[in-house]
Amino acid sequence: MPILEIVFYLFSTVLIGSALSVVTVGNPVHAALFLVLSFFSAACIWLLLQAEFLAIVLVLVYVGAVMVLFLFVVMMLDVSAVRPRGGFAAYLPVGLLVALIMAVQMFLVIWTRGLETQLMPEPRPEGYSHTSEIGRLLYTDYLYAFEIAAVILLVAIIAAIALTHRRRPGTKSQDPGQQVRIIREERVRLVKMSPDGEEN
Amino acid sequence: MLTLAHFLTLGAVLFCIGVAGIFLNRKNVLILLMCIELMLLAVNMNFVAFSRFLDNYDGQVFVFFILTVAAAEAAIGLAILVVLFRNRGSIDVEDLADLKG
Repeated sequence: MPILEIVFYLFSTVLIGSALSVVTVGNPVHAALFLVLSFFSAACIWLLLQAEFLAIVLVLVYVGAVMVLFLFVVMMLDVSAVRPRGGFAAYLPVGLLVALIMAVQMFLVIWTRGLETQLMPEPRPEGYSHTSEIGRLLYTDYLYAFEIAAVILLVAIIAAIALTHRRRPGTKSQDPGQQVRIIREERVRLVKMSPDGEEN
Repeated sequence: MLTLAHFLTLGAVLFCIGVAGIFLNRKNVLILLMCIELMLLAVNMNFVAFSRFLDNYDGQVFVFFILTVAAAEAAIGLAILVVLFRNRGSIDVEDLADLKG
């Protein structure tokens, strides 16, 4: 059995097992950690498919940023306030039924269309960089999409801050609008004074 | 030999696990978000597999954009979740029935 197949079956087993644990384990912290494991196994399978850049991005961005964000939110949410779940057994039949029907449909499509005979093409010659090929595509054919992606990230930053920002009473913050709107008469009072210091 | 169907099957299984997870975890919006991430991972797996087997890099560029949008979605979703917990003290889906007639 060639090494590629051993690696594929090993990492797919870990991936499916950890994905099953994510949906069944119940505790959000454990679910997040199992999701980290599934992302990591998926990155290994993507390496097998010669998508090195995306595998590294998946580990850096997803495991490094998004999953840490999930864990931070779990800490902020105070897990003890999350009630122990009920209804798991009640929803199990319908969930399994829908998942099974979808799985059967997709297997029928996948295994009857000749895809099971399509082999991997020969790898590119040694020294060929898949990453620079992606970079070339990103900055030529997909330049506008790339810029829109940047705008989407900016919108996400602003939305996340605007949603969770809390204005506490009593902070000494400035209001530039009010500062600009001020008129002279509200700030300055001219007082006529006689030379000996008496106000008249 | 590894064929395209192997990788597509892996993606299909992952997607079905994600769908089943959405049905099963009705008590916890956080795990629902994680199930959505799983389904996105399944879709990305299909894109990467097609990109390799058709020897075409457009699929990988598309995965790049999906990762970007998914990161934005996770950030906004978690922000909404935090605001929800601050206002309601609960992240149970069944407590969010205000619009129910």
